[in-house]
Amino acid sequence: MSLDQLYQQIILDHSKARHGSGLAGTAAPEGANTGQSHQLNPVCGDEVTLRVAVEDGKVAQVSWDGAGCSISMASASVLSELAEGMTVAELHQAIDSFREVLRSRGKVSADPDLLGDAAAFEGVARYAARVKCAMISWVAAEDALNQAA
Amino acid sequence: MAVVSTPPTLERALPVMDNAEVLRIRNDFPVLNQLVNGQPLVYLDSGATSQNPLSVIEAEQEFYEQRNAAVHRGAHHLAVEATEVFEDARQTIADFIGADYAETIWTSNATEGLNLISYALSNAGLWAAQGRGDAGLKELALNPGDEIVVTEMEHHANLIPWQELAFRTGATLRYIPIDDAGSLRMDLAGGIIGSRTRVLAFTHASNVLGTITPVAELVGLARKAGALVVLDACQSAPHLPLDVKGLDVDFAVFSGHKMLAPTGIGVLYGKQELLDILPPFLTGGSMITTVTMERAEYLPAPQRFEAGTQRISQAVALAAAANYLTETGLDRIHQWEAGLGQRMVAGLESIPGIRVLGPAAGQERIGLAAFDVEGVHAHDVGQFLDSKGIAVRVGHHCAQPLHRRLGLTATTRASAYLYNTTHDVDQFLDAVAGVRAYFRA
Repeated sequence: MSLDQLYQQIILDHSKARHGSGLAGTAAPEGANTGQSHQLNPVCGDEVTLRVAVEDGKVAQVSWDGAGCSISMASASVLSELAEGMTVAELHQAIDSFREVLRSRGKVSADPDLLGDAAAFEGVARYAARVKCAMISWVAAEDALNQAA
Repeated sequence: MAVVSTPPTLERALPVMDNAEVLRIRNDFPVLNQLVNGQPLVYLDSGATSQNPLSVIEAEQEFYEQRNAAVHRGAHHLAVEATEVFEDARQTIADFIGADYAETIWTSNATEGLNLISYALSNAGLWAAQGRGDAGLKELALNPGDEIVVTEMEHHANLIPWQELAFRTGATLRYIPIDDAGSLRMDLAGGIIGSRTRVLAFTHASNVLGTITPVAELVGLARKAGALVVLDACQSAPHLPLDVKGLDVDFAVFSGHKMLAPTGIGVLYGKQELLDILPPFLTGGSMITTVTMERAEYLPAPQRFEAGTQRISQAVALAAAANYLTETGLDRIHQWEAGLGQRMVAGLESIPGIRVLGPAAGQERIGLAAFDVEGVHAHDVGQFLDSKGIAVRVGHHCAQPLHRRLGLTATTRASAYLYNTTHDVDQFLDAVAGVRAYFRA
C-alpha cells in the first residue's frame, strides 16, 4: 500500500482547513445541551478537546481544539463537518461504523453514504500505529454526545 | 563461539571503522537484510532497541538446545552447566563495565534497575527506623528535608522512580535545568547539589539531545555534598567504553536490548559496600539464607537482588553481545557513530524548516539526532520515512519534560549503531528533505 493511499488528498486538505477548529471563538447555540470531552494519546501526544451541542435531538454544532498529526487533525475536521445536522442516533451510528472500519485492519470497507469524507480514512486501518490518531476525535465526540444527550 | 576479549592495546592499533567494515558487520545481522515497503531497510532506531547479531541469537539458541535448566539449584548436570554459563556471563559483563563480579546484578532492564535502587533506598529507611540491618542504613535513609537531584533531560525511567521515592520518604525532588540549546546548566548545578542532596541521578548520554553529560564534574559536586550518584548508562554502555569505577559512580544501569542483546535483560552496577547493606527490593526464592515462618535472612549481592528464577538465556546472550562489541572495539564504534551523528546534524541543519535538538554540528554528540520539522507532526514524518524503508522513532522519546522545556510535544529521532553506513544517513537525509513538500508545509 502506498503512502498516497494513507494520506489521501481529502485528508491532507482537511488537516490544513480544520473545519470546526477553535473552541474559544465559537459559542454553543443558546439553549442547546452541550457535552465536552478531552482525549489524549500518550504515545504521540495527539490531543483533542471537542464540544458537541445538541438541539432538538440534532447535532447543532461540533467545535474542537487540538494538536497532533495530520491524520488526527483531519479526522476531527471531517467529523465536525459530517456530524452537524445529524440526529444523535445517526452520529452514534456513524461513530460505530467508523470504529468498525478503523479496527478491521482493512477488512471492512467504509460506507461513503454513512461516513461521507470520513470514508477516506479507510486506508488508515492498515496502519495499526495510526488507528488511534484517526479515532481520537471520534472517541471524544462519543463521550461528549453521551453527556449532551 | 569466540569469547576472547580484545586487549586494549590491540584495539587501539586497529584502523578506524569505514563503510566497508560496516558492510561486513551487517552480514552478522539477518534482520537488516530485508526490504521494507519495497526498499532496503535503513534501520535508524537503535536508540529505542538494537538488532541482534547471529552470535547473540545463537548463544541464546545454544543455551536452550544444550543447557537449559534453573540456576543455583539442583545437582544435575544441566543445572551445573546452566549455572556456569550464567555466572560466566556475569563476569563478562563485569569486565565489560569495569566492575567486580559481585557488583554486577541482573535486572529486566534499566527501568527495573532504577526502581530497584529507589526501593532499596526507601526500604533502608524502613529498616533503619526499626533497628534492622546494618547500622550504616541510617546514613542511606531519606527523610523530609533531604533532596534528590535529577536533570531536566532525563528519560522518564530516571525521573519517575525518584518522584516516587520522594513521595515515599518525604524528600524533595529537584532538578538541574537545561538551556534553550539543551545543555545542562552546570553554572547552576553547584547551587542545586548541596548538603541536603542525598541522591544525584543523571543520564550519561541523552537519548534525545545526544549530549554526553559532564560526569566527572557532577560526581565531584555529589562527592562534596555526600550524595549517592546514580548513572543512567542506557545510551552510553552500548556505544562507548564504560568504566564505572573510573567514573566513580555509586550505581549504574543499562538495558541489554539497546546493546545487541535480547529484551528482558539489563544490568545494575552498585558499589560493593552499598550492595552489602542495602535491603532487597524484590524478595522470594533464590535470594535467602534462612527462612522461618516469621522472617528471612538474605544472601549478599548479587543474589540478594535477584529474587526468583532468573533470565538465564538472556544473560548468556547479553554476554555474547558484550563480546561482539568488545571484539569490534567500543572506542572504534564510538568514533564511527560520532561521525554518523555529525553527518546527520550537518545534513539536517542544511534542510530548510528543520530544527535539530541539542548540540549544533561540530559539537560533541553521540550518533543520534532528534529534530522538529516545521509544519509537519513527527508522526507524519515517521510515516513518510517508513514509506521509504527508513525506521526512526517519533514521539516524546519518554522525555516529556525535556520536550515541554524546548516548546515541543513530539520530535523525530534517528539513532545509529555500529551497523549503519554513511549511505544510511544520506538516504535518511534525502528523505527528510522531501517531507515538507509532501505535506505542503
